[in-house]
Parts: sequence; C-alpha cells; structure tokens
Amino acid sequence: MTTPLLAIEGLTKSYPGVVANDDVSMAIGEGEIHALLGENGAGKSTLVKAIYGLVRPDSGQMRWRGAPYAPAAPHEARATGVAMVFQHFSLFDALDVAENVALGMDDPPPIRQLAARIRKVSTEYGLPLDPGRLAGDLSAGERQRVEIIRCLLQNPDLLIMDEPTSVLTPQEVEILFETLRKLREEGRSILYISHKLDEIRSLCETATILRLGKVVASSDPRAMSARQLAELMVGTALTPPERAGLAPGEVLLEVTGLSHRAPSAFGTSLKEISLSVRAGEILGIGGVAGNGQDELLAALSGELRSKHQAIRLKGQPMGRYGPNTRRALGLLCAPEERLGHAAAPEMSLTENTLLTAAWREKLVRRGFIDWKRAQGFAEKIISRFDVRTPGPHVAARALSGGNLQKFVIGREIIQRPEVLIVNQPTWGVDAAAAAAIRQALMDLAQGGAAVVVISQDLDELLEIADRFCALNGGRLSAPRPVAGLTMEEVGLMLGGAGDMEVAGEATAGAAEGAAHAET
Amino acid sequence: MLRLEKRPQPSRAWIWATPLLAVALTMIAGGVLFALLGKDPLAAIRMIFWDPLFSPQYASYSRPQLLVKAAPLILIAVGLAIGFRANIWNIGAEGQYIIGALFAASVALIFFPSGPADVRIFGRVLFSYDVAPARWWLFPAMILAGALGGLLWGLIPAILKTRFNTNEILVSLLLVYVAEKLLAAAAVSWLRNPTGAGFPGSRNLSQFAEAANHELIANTGMHWGVVAAFIAVIFGYVLLQRHMLGFHVRLAGQAPRAARFAGVAPARLVLFCLGISGLLAGLAGMFEVAGPARMISIDFNTGYGFTAIIVAFLGRLHPVGIVLAGLLMALTYIGGELAQFRLGLPSAAIQVFQGMLLFFLLALDMLSNYRIRLAWKEAAP
Repeated sequence: MTTPLLAIEGLTKSYPGVVANDDVSMAIGEGEIHALLGENGAGKSTLVKAIYGLVRPDSGQMRWRGAPYAPAAPHEARATGVAMVFQHFSLFDALDVAENVALGMDDPPPIRQLAARIRKVSTEYGLPLDPGRLAGDLSAGERQRVEIIRCLLQNPDLLIMDEPTSVLTPQEVEILFETLRKLREEGRSILYISHKLDEIRSLCETATILRLGKVVASSDPRAMSARQLAELMVGTALTPPERAGLAPGEVLLEVTGLSHRAPSAFGTSLKEISLSVRAGEILGIGGVAGNGQDELLAALSGELRSKHQAIRLKGQPMGRYGPNTRRALGLLCAPEERLGHAAAPEMSLTENTLLTAAWREKLVRRGFIDWKRAQGFAEKIISRFDVRTPGPHVAARALSGGNLQKFVIGREIIQRPEVLIVNQPTWGVDAAAAAAIRQALMDLAQGGAAVVVISQDLDELLEIADRFCALNGGRLSAPRPVAGLTMEEVGLMLGGAGDMEVAGEATAGAAEGAAHAET
Repeated sequence: MLRLEKRPQPSRAWIWATPLLAVALTMIAGGVLFALLGKDPLAAIRMIFWDPLFSPQYASYSRPQLLVKAAPLILIAVGLAIGFRANIWNIGAEGQYIIGALFAASVALIFFPSGPADVRIFGRVLFSYDVAPARWWLFPAMILAGALGGLLWGLIPAILKTRFNTNEILVSLLLVYVAEKLLAAAAVSWLRNPTGAGFPGSRNLSQFAEAANHELIANTGMHWGVVAAFIAVIFGYVLLQRHMLGFHVRLAGQAPRAARFAGVAPARLVLFCLGISGLLAGLAGMFEVAGPARMISIDFNTGYGFTAIIVAFLGRLHPVGIVLAGLLMALTYIGGELAQFRLGLPSAAIQVFQGMLLFFLLALDMLSNYRIRLAWKEAAP
C-alpha cells in the first residue's frame, strides 16, 4: 500500500459541551478527489480547520506523506502544501482582482507580475478572470475563481474546497469540475466538502461521511445511491417532500412593471419585473446571488417602496405601503440573511417574534408589549418547527444556522400568510432541517397560500416549485412550468451561458445590455 | 498570552459587574493621581465618597446637595440613554439644557411683579405692558416652555440629519456653543436685571414665589426637578421594557436592517430620540434656573449635559441603573468640591476623576461580550 498524502489518525477535538471530532481517522491519497460529507454540526469544518492549522486537535495525529504534520497556523499549512477555498469569500469590493489575490498571500510579488501570473493560471485551468476588474463587479462564480486562483498560485498538493458549488449555475459547475479533474490529473489531491450528493457521485472516488463528530462510513460514493448516502449522513431514513396536486386558485399576488434603482453602489437595479402567483401555487425564482434577489425581496416586503400599482395583493395596490401594512393585509416575507435582517442577533427569540408578528399575532396592545404572549408565540414556533434551543430566552445568535432558519421561516408560516416570499430558505441548513422547511412551504401552499421561493439551489426549486423563472441582472424571465424542464434549459434561462465567455467579452456584453436598458 | 473569545451571548453578570469594577479601579487610579499631587490618597477618597454623606461636620449641608445635583443628571441621562440605545448620539444636551432654561426664565420674567415693564432687545423697547398679578399656572407654563426650548434645540440636529444626512454628533455638540453665546447675550441684554446696576444676569427668581422651584421638604434637596427625574425614570423604564416604540429603539440600535424589516422608519426614530432627549434636558434646565441657580447668568451651565453622558453609560443605558449612576456622579461632584476646598485639590483633578470612570467602564465593557482566556500552549507566533 502506498503512503497517503495526508493520513489522519484518531483526531479528537472538543469544545465546551460538544465533541466536534471524536476519534476521526481518514486518509487522502495522492491525486484523489476525496469527499467529506456530513450535516451541519457533524464536525466537517472543525476537521478541515485542523488540517489548515486554524484549530489544534486535543489528541490524535496527522501525517503528511508519512511525516508528522501538526500545523500551528495557516501559514505553516500553506508552506506544507495545503490550500483552502472558503465557503464565504473574503474579498474587498473596492479592490481589483490582483490586489485581492495579493492580500491573501504570505509574500506577494509586485502587482504587475502577479497580474501576469493570474492570467496564465486562469487560462491554464480554464477559469476566465481579468485581474484588473473590481471585486465588487464580479459575479459569485467569478468571485470564487479569485479564491481558487489565489490558492493555485501557491502550487498546493492538497486543495480544500468548502461547499464550492452552492452559488454556481449548472454551467459554472461544469467548468469548475473540469478544472478540478485537470488538477487531479496533475497529481494534486482535493478534499471536497459538499452536501450535494449527485455532484459527489460524479466527481469523487472516495467519501468520508461524518455524523455527530464520528466517521460513520468511508466508501466509494459511485457505488451508492444518493439516497443511501443521505441516510448515512442523517442517520435516519429520509422521506422526500410530498404534496398532492392542487388546482391553482385565484391570483393572490400580482407584480407588474416593478422597477427600482439599486439602493447601494454594489446593488442591482430591478428592471420591469412582472409576475403573478395564484393560491396554492409555489413560484420558484432561480438565479445566482447578486442578480437582484435582495432588492426584489425588499421591494415585495415594503422595505423599498415602489409605484403603488406595481404590486397588488388580491387586486389591492400596495406598492407605497410599508412592511407592517403589507403584513396586516397578508403579505409576509422571510429574507435571506438570518442574522441582522430576519432576526436581531443579540435579542432573544421572544423579542424576535415582535419583528414581524407584533400586530398580526396581537403581541402588542395599544402600543404595549404583551411579553407573556410573545413568549408563548416563540414557544409555539419552537415546538412546531422543532427548533433546537434551550428556550425562547436564548439570543438569536446563539442558535445554529439551521435552527435559526427554522425559527424565522416558522415565524412567518405560523402566521398563516396569504402570500409568503422567502429568499434562500435552506441556505447553509443541514439536510434534515432543509427537508422540514421545504415540507412546511409546500404544506402552506397546499393550504391555499401563494408562495414565492427565491433560491440559488436549483434542485430545491425544481423539487418544490410549480413554475420556475430566472432572475438575471435585475430582470425576471417569463415563468415556465417545472414539469418537463431540463437542467440545460434552466441554465440557459439563468443566463449562465453568457457568463462562461472570456471575461473581457462578458463585460462588453454587460455594457451593451446596459446601453439597451438606457434606450 | 491572552486570548479573547466571543461569548455566545453577552454575560448578564458582567453587564452589571463592570460599573462596580470601574468605580473600584477609578478609586485606585484616582488615589495614585492624588498621591502624585502630594495629597494623602485615602483621605482624598474618603472626602469624596464618604464625608459628604456621613461626616457630622459636612453631611448636613452636603446630603441635600446630592438630590440637587443628581436630579438634572438623571433627567438628562434618561433621555440620552433612549437615543444611545438606538445608536443616535446626542452629545449636545448641555445646549438643550441652556435653551430650556432660557425659555423658562423668559416666561417667568415676563410676569415678574415689577409694575409697568418694557420688553427690550439690545436696548430698544419692543413693547411695554402692565404686569398682571402672577397666577397658579405660571410654574406649569414655565415647565412647558423649558420642555419646548429643549425640544426645539434637540430637533435642529434631528432635522438636519434626516434632511441632509449630517452627523448628529457634530451638529448637536456645536449647537452647545451657539447656546452658550445665546445665554451670554441674554444675560447681558434682554433678560438682564433692570434693577441690577448693569451687572450681567437676570432677576432672582427665588424672590418670585409663583415662579420659584422651592424645596418641597425642608433640608432634603427635594424639589420639583427631583419629582420630574423620578417620573422620567419610570417613563424611560416603561418605554424601553414594555412599549413597542422602545422596542423599536433598541432594535434599530442593534440591527438597523432588521429594524427596517420590522417596519421602523429610521427618520421618525431620529426625530423621536433627539426630540425626547432635548425635551428632558430642557426640563432639567428649567428646574435648575427656577431652583438652585435662581437666575440666568453667563456661567449658568456647569456641565450637567456632558456629565450626563457618563451617567447614561455608567447606568448601562438602563433607567434604574441611571438613578444609581446619577447619585454616584452627584457624590463625586459634591465630594470633589469638598476635597477642593478642604485639601486644596485642583478642580481639574476631579474632572479627570470623572473621566477615568467612563474610561474604565468602556474598557471593561469588553468583558461582557468576550471571555479572556490564557493560552500559553497555543501561543504560536
């Protein structure tokens, strides 16, 4: 047996009250794409941080090509040959690509030389990227390329990727996979973290599955079905979301010609958006982040005001109304950002019920807060949506992402909205919680509400939506029934094809598009 | 090596322990300061914190002073705390305090019993009138005028912020100096005592029964301003803990985006917070000019508006905490004067002392959000 590139033996790391990694052993061979699978909280990130020198394990050891390996800091890991692409990009919007890359290097060369190297690496690996563009103007896919190229410039032997495809269009995913396969051919190894099981089955030859900090299986993912993998991850049998077909009812929400200028420098303008949703229907809006999702949600929630007639609920115009008037009339929203937008991080769950439910649930009488009632309402959300928390007095920021998401979505659903708009309902949420949220959205539609789901997760939209449309550059495509829609067609609707051209041409195209919009 | 670890939620115990620790550290650092000045540190600390309350020699004078000094501090600090909770920074309470006093004194002086009178501006007679006998409604009218003056002065930075996005910290602070100029102008011209032999300063309101803010219980320092401060504390408590408006104030301060999502209009909140803190500061000015200060003079303001900022933070921006902090701060004022007079401490030393209190408090605040860990093993360079 050959010596693996990185062998982990009996690694244990505990934090107060939780064992994040419990006697974890795994081996990553040379030239191997190795999948690391697990729910949120299974210990994936702790393990990866240990490899990258961000966390020091309590016990156990690692070997790099047979020699002891114990990085005390990331720069030691990088010197050994480990590079990491994080899930959340740390780019400065106001700097250009080359400057951003230089910031992440231990010993950056002069910018001009660096720009030349970026160009060379980006063409070599088929990742088009212009080093002179501002990071704030890049799409999510392009931002990720900056991170990948930053890593490749270090010539790593092991590349760690944390959920790399969650923000990409199908076509971008294909390009990324090509790059990863090319890296493998060069003899480099990749540790690939994801919860998208189909991807792992098409890309990886080995998978290590973690559950509650322990390795539960180590196998070839191509020999197993996605369902089997998921059940190993979750530990129980999963039931796919179900709903009976329902004839759509009357139109509840109608948006016509909704336009709005971008509220901030790096925002997106909404251009002539029209849509309508009927009772009992789920409309899925796909698109890569930064194409107007946040702005569309703000315009619908009332945080941004628009022409009065542009938004109508059961025929009643409400474009000029603020969030609370819209809520009173039955239009509820759950924004993407859980901490700081949908919930106040430092406030308790009880206090957080007041954000959207104050008047609808009569938690406030003549201006005075009924704390008992608010607490009761918080408890109701916690029990009905299985939010794991010691109680409603806990600060929102102390909850895990999935639990807080169940709370903020649950807070809206439990109020029986006539129309519910959600943005990224399952972003960063573990598989079991995601399934519960999707089921709850479908049950809501089943009960006669109109639901709009904005998401980057196309699988999710195709699973739960009745009709699909794409948001691209602030424009909304015409909706199409989901039944019979292929991934190819979805990709084309997202405008993903244009994004794949050489970077320079893409900007020219965008400028042209803007010129059209002016006229 | 020390390492900071963010707590999952702020520690309740530390939030209330830090002010006490800050007071202790201030005493130690203050003691060192006094020792360096060549004074006995223990005697100085004792004179500041103990003698005003318990010394048989000074307490009879000092004890009533505690309420007299604490009332304006508490009244102003409650208003400031409401704004600070919403991240709206009124630094100009001193100016609103002055304008409140000017408004209230003007109302009182119009009705001062002195026979036929002229209203003059810069020497010119604006109009003449015969003073009617003063009435029961004069004092309430002065209260309204004081509140109105402070409110208007507080609304200037608010309107400039909502209209032109100016910084309320700068505008409210600079308006203090404008208010001080107005105060000086009033003291030497239109509010000047016509029977005062040309000296600056208004008539003495304590000689005008209907307008004077009397001591309600003899030798306690208890006057109407103390009552108002008490009401303000209850109002602040109910607003912040039980009312939706107070909830929106806190929400906007902690998570502005979540506040907009919850339907809070930021501009209205700015008007409310600066308005209410200005109003309360104006009231404090009214009770001061009609009571302890007795008259408008050039140096009428003594820095209550600025010290109240310390009081607000020391009291954790919580109305009940502000009561305790206001009493403590009043004590350092009285004790400081005593130490100045008995031990010859420079008056700046006592201001340094008060400043140190805020300094230590803000530095220690870190402990409620972070945990300090000793990390010898992981001290990698």
